[in-house]
Amino acid sequence: MPAPEQHRLIFKHIGADGYTNDLACYQRNGGYEVLKKAVLRKPEDLMDEVKKSGLRGRGGAGFSCGVKWSLVDRKSGKPIYLVVNADESEPGTFKDRYIIYQDPHQLIEGIMISCFANRVERAFIYIRGEFPDGARILERAIAEARAAGFAGPNVLGTGYGCEVYVHRGAGAYICGEETGLIESLEGKRPYPRIKPPYFPAVLGLYMCPTIVNNVETLCHVKHIADMGGEAYSRIGTPGNTGTRILCVSGHVRRPGYYEFEVGRVTLGQLLNEVCGGPLPGRTFKAVIPGGSSAKVLRFGERYKGKRKVGAEMVEYDWGVEDIPMDFDSLAMIGSMGGSGGVIVMDDSVSMVEALGNINAFYSHESCGQCTPCREGSLWMKKITARMVRGEARPEDGALLKSVADQIAGRTICAFGEACAWPTQSFIAKFGEEFKGYAQARRTPRPDGVPELV
Amino acid sequence: MNLQADTLRKIDEVITHYPVKRSAALPLLHYVQEDQGYISSEAIEWIAARLEVQPVNVYELVTFYPMFRQKPIGRRHIKVCRTLSCAIMGGYRTCSEFQRQFSTGLGEVSPDGEVTVDFVECLASCGTAPVVMIDDELYEKVDVAKARALSEKIKAGAPIAAGKT
Repeated sequence: MPAPEQHRLIFKHIGADGYTNDLACYQRNGGYEVLKKAVLRKPEDLMDEVKKSGLRGRGGAGFSCGVKWSLVDRKSGKPIYLVVNADESEPGTFKDRYIIYQDPHQLIEGIMISCFANRVERAFIYIRGEFPDGARILERAIAEARAAGFAGPNVLGTGYGCEVYVHRGAGAYICGEETGLIESLEGKRPYPRIKPPYFPAVLGLYMCPTIVNNVETLCHVKHIADMGGEAYSRIGTPGNTGTRILCVSGHVRRPGYYEFEVGRVTLGQLLNEVCGGPLPGRTFKAVIPGGSSAKVLRFGERYKGKRKVGAEMVEYDWGVEDIPMDFDSLAMIGSMGGSGGVIVMDDSVSMVEALGNINAFYSHESCGQCTPCREGSLWMKKITARMVRGEARPEDGALLKSVADQIAGRTICAFGEACAWPTQSFIAKFGEEFKGYAQARRTPRPDGVPELV
Repeated sequence: MNLQADTLRKIDEVITHYPVKRSAALPLLHYVQEDQGYISSEAIEWIAARLEVQPVNVYELVTFYPMFRQKPIGRRHIKVCRTLSCAIMGGYRTCSEFQRQFSTGLGEVSPDGEVTVDFVECLASCGTAPVVMIDDELYEKVDVAKARALSEKIKAGAPIAAGKT
């Protein structure tokens, strides 16, 4: 079956010739018209539209945005904050970068509609430190929007006021975790908070109710307010509504960003047709479907079971190529849609080296608060590094698995899972490479194949 | 502390963004580092006083967040992405080439004082791997040949053509 057409909702103008990131260009393309209509509605109506839309967060967990908003404590009398998670740091993910650099006003319009709906009067965009120009672009865009009355003390003459500020991070992956991000925004080390009691919806920034949403999620809110929750929910597939930006990197002919209705494109269509298939003379070996924390998939393996289609339970028997790119299907086959970062590896890649590279990342990024994660990520890195160097001990394969198995579920935040899943899945699916690593290292790396550790 | 007037103006402004002063710690560290090149112990004390916190509350940030440094670096800062998507497209070779071009190790100031080469984690531009940041600019698909060309331009002291995002 041929791949469906892309559905460019969020990325409509990304990469388009002549589209610039200033207010005038945005307004020439219908910008801020949705906000103008939104502020004439009741905030509750807008929240209702988001609930009806079925929108799920695009940052990683895929949690319902409507539910997240409905959990906010509105009775405490404390101010409610909106924090935009623009920390985009999951390896393999690069969608928010293009929104911020090329279409910042789309994000700001989404922020203002979300703030109005939730009675938020102060919002922060927490942007990763590695986007210095992105921060400047956003600051300029906010100033433009403020001057035009789309943000600031009196939005469009309604008497409702909301200030939006840009806050730069400084290179720490853990700041993408929402409670770590909040600590960082408070000027501290970004040690994630324990839940309960510190659910951001109740005890977030400055112990006030706080909504933390991803950049792409907030852009979707704009389109939901525009077309209505009902209409939006008809895009995509049931339970996996709307569009999603898939970021493809690694060994394909045409890496890049592609926006599809959620669940309408399969991994095979995406990689073989949309991205042009493997590089000349190569075959696909493995793919990580949702950012580097997601469990790896091995080409050639099958996934079988029963799934719900409408009201019925239907048997499925899928290869990697058959998996629809939606939250539920990827979770069902034991991985996750995560942040939409698809990393492709072909038959030139040693899985031991690839895991060594991933483990070095997690070891560097563990915040160090919980012992299983701090020590576990470090030892997983050390063990895979000595495997790659050919200095491993015979028991190292079992030791590596044992370390990974003792992290998940024993940490304050999901980083524990994020750092354990790669090791667990690489060993489970490419066990022979981990058993044969001593042998394999005696064969020199083939010409032209880059080192990874 | 001898900060430029513009830096002081930015610092005064940014503190007003937050209901709690301590929140301005990262912005102040960025501004001071941009102004001075690195974060000295004097800077830590100065920022702490400005935010009415203890110096250790600032020091613990400098030692945690990878982007802050306590020593000066070369004239240009070359940051090569090390993470998976860039690595499988040749990021390690790109990094070695920069080191070779300037006869320098990672994290050091090159002997000519021109650059500091760092190997950093994911820069979020995986679709155009391998990527490199030179100061604030992103450069895409930087293979060995492109690394060499960029190095030549840095050595010539010429401004480098802007990266594109």
